[in-house]
Amino acid sequence: MGVLGSIGQRARHVAGWFTQPLLPDDLLGTLNPLWSRVEPHARVVGVRRETADTTTLLLRPGPAHPVHVAGQFVGIGLRIDGVWQWRTYSVTSAPGDRDLAVTVTALPGGTVSGALAHRTPVGALLRIGPPAGDFVLPTPVPEKLLFLTAGSGITPVMGMLRDLSARSESLSGAVLVHCDRTPADLVFGPELRALAAETGLTLIERHTAVEGRLTPETLTDVVPDWAARQTWACGPTAMLDALTEHWARAGDPEALHLERFVPPAAVAEGLTGGRVSFTTSGIAADAGPGTPLMAAGEAAGALLPNGCRMGICHTCVGKLRSGAVRNLHTGDLTDTPGQAVRTCVSGAAGDVEIEL
Amino acid sequence: MPPTPITFSPQTRPSAAAHLTAEQVEQLGAELDAIRAEVMDSLGEADARYIHKIIAIQRGLEMAGRGALLFSRFPPAFVAGTLALSVAKILDNMEIGHNVLHGQWDWMRDPRIHSTTWEWDHTTPAEAWKKTHNYEHHTFTNVRGKDRDLGYSVMRITPEQDWRPVDLIQPLTNVGLSLIFEWGITLYDLEFDRVQDGTKSKEELKKDLKVLWRKLRRQLAKDYLLFPALSGPNFLRTALANLTANVIRNVWSHAVIFCGHFPDGTETFEEDRLEGETKGEWYVRQMLGSANLTGSPVFHIMTGNLSHQIEHHLFPDMPSNRYAEIAPRIREICDRYGLTYTAGSLPKQYGKVVRTICRLAFPGGGTKKGAQVTALPAQTGPARSTDGTPVRLAG
Repeated sequence: MGVLGSIGQRARHVAGWFTQPLLPDDLLGTLNPLWSRVEPHARVVGVRRETADTTTLLLRPGPAHPVHVAGQFVGIGLRIDGVWQWRTYSVTSAPGDRDLAVTVTALPGGTVSGALAHRTPVGALLRIGPPAGDFVLPTPVPEKLLFLTAGSGITPVMGMLRDLSARSESLSGAVLVHCDRTPADLVFGPELRALAAETGLTLIERHTAVEGRLTPETLTDVVPDWAARQTWACGPTAMLDALTEHWARAGDPEALHLERFVPPAAVAEGLTGGRVSFTTSGIAADAGPGTPLMAAGEAAGALLPNGCRMGICHTCVGKLRSGAVRNLHTGDLTDTPGQAVRTCVSGAAGDVEIEL
Repeated sequence: MPPTPITFSPQTRPSAAAHLTAEQVEQLGAELDAIRAEVMDSLGEADARYIHKIIAIQRGLEMAGRGALLFSRFPPAFVAGTLALSVAKILDNMEIGHNVLHGQWDWMRDPRIHSTTWEWDHTTPAEAWKKTHNYEHHTFTNVRGKDRDLGYSVMRITPEQDWRPVDLIQPLTNVGLSLIFEWGITLYDLEFDRVQDGTKSKEELKKDLKVLWRKLRRQLAKDYLLFPALSGPNFLRTALANLTANVIRNVWSHAVIFCGHFPDGTETFEEDRLEGETKGEWYVRQMLGSANLTGSPVFHIMTGNLSHQIEHHLFPDMPSNRYAEIAPRIREICDRYGLTYTAGSLPKQYGKVVRTICRLAFPGGGTKKGAQVTALPAQTGPARSTDGTPVRLAG
């Protein structure tokens, strides 16, 4: 990488004098979007219907796409009615697989998830961001693992399990407790059951339509040694909040690793909204109570850095120049000029200036 | 630098909008707002495909042109290469660069095609252009003393501008400016006149010059050093072809742009008009200060749709591919409110501009032709002139 990389960089620099005012990458991207490194694309090479509302898209990114670590997510950009819309999805394929898989559940009223799950044919071009996220297994992998998932929360864990089973034959030390309404709703049902049979993975399916939701108390019944395990959990906010509380009270909070899927809803008290001005672009917009600064800016045509859109990845941070912002999830107030603000989960608390 | 500063005398002619009441002006504004909202709401995939296609065509033409010019020793390659490159540069500057820099395509949220990231094949940096053009020219359109685009601070283009001896040579200045238009704009964007009168600091100028130099050296190297060198023994021919393409682009864009605001029928305005100007009054000023060009769809694309100058000035951030469809509705509104909707072919309009430039090279010239004033059938209130006092209609 070192020598080749620096030669490549120098070549691009020289080529830039010929492509002025464009970058060589602009021309490559015009010839074939997959060749662009600045705006990486991936082609849909396969579509697999998992359940009625869930689809796995097999993507083949351009050559420059970095390999992910099992459990990480990628941003997926889709042009709908001429506008680029970005959402974040866990990678469900193993890092060594030829194609990168994301598994998308169409949300009720979700324009992007609906388009990806139902109306994205083989051959379509999507934009793809670099893999990110720290919901990953450590090296070496702990012997006793517990995965707690619900609904589409299975997706990052599926990536981990595929990776683990590709690397070792036995998963007998691992337990997966997955909750879904009915057996038919479990996205990777047949594969997980086969995996359990082959590798010794303990698979506990809980069907909430009959058995009710998983609570910390019922967890003790199904996994008596939960406290002795390193745990990775992904699912609805209520479930994750309950687990956090339980681990804080009765277990080791350090042993619980969470991935939150949904952007935190604006639940904080005292949200006022206000006018947000982005100082670099000069664009200003009114951000109503509960509206993230990013959403307000984008609606006004600002081009803002963005990633997970749920407060995880810190791609969207901008410095606070003046005013105050409130975390829409926790209600925490930030009013120190110069502090970094995540625009995707921050709302305006009065008029505010962000250096973006 | 002009030897004497540019000054203006008070307007003697009534505005072509003098017959409109304040209510009528606001009603007109509301109609235009509605058209704007309707078009902006309907933007979608077809529009996105349009700009992507134009960009792909432009890049294809540029690569083909520069490729052909590697063999510029052969006359057919020289001619074809020069033409392709000229068209590519015109598309880059006009239908793509000018419009992207206006933010017309920002709604796509594509970092690749966005007013904050775009740079064009022009000597003036995009940032400098956005300031003098998007802000100053589009906000203060045709306001004497505020819109520096009126004569670009080197010519006398409106009779209210006081005559100076240097104006005698302005027919020649115009030809010269046409050939080096790109450089004219670059110098103009540096705002030497504002440095002279103290409204722009020397430090700001220094900063601008630094930014300019960083871009300029690359622009010059590409056209006059690198691609000529790449064509080996054809170095001089390729450099000549590139120079020719730049000049063709200059002459073309100069003609189109001068036809946008200076032909007969367009109006200039007093500075005090800006005080408390309503949105409706702003619209009226944009319509009266601009003129359209008629022609084929390809002609419109080659002018960057500045052939729809009136529509562009009403809605500078509306994607240019939509101007043609709203043009009949704007014309109908103009007719209904008794406002001039100036339009004509490029030769005809450019002829009028040249005639004005020649006439105004000499003192006087106050009776600029064309500003037709039509009375509306029903007057609901006192008509207003630009200084707020009621006036009678001019015949």
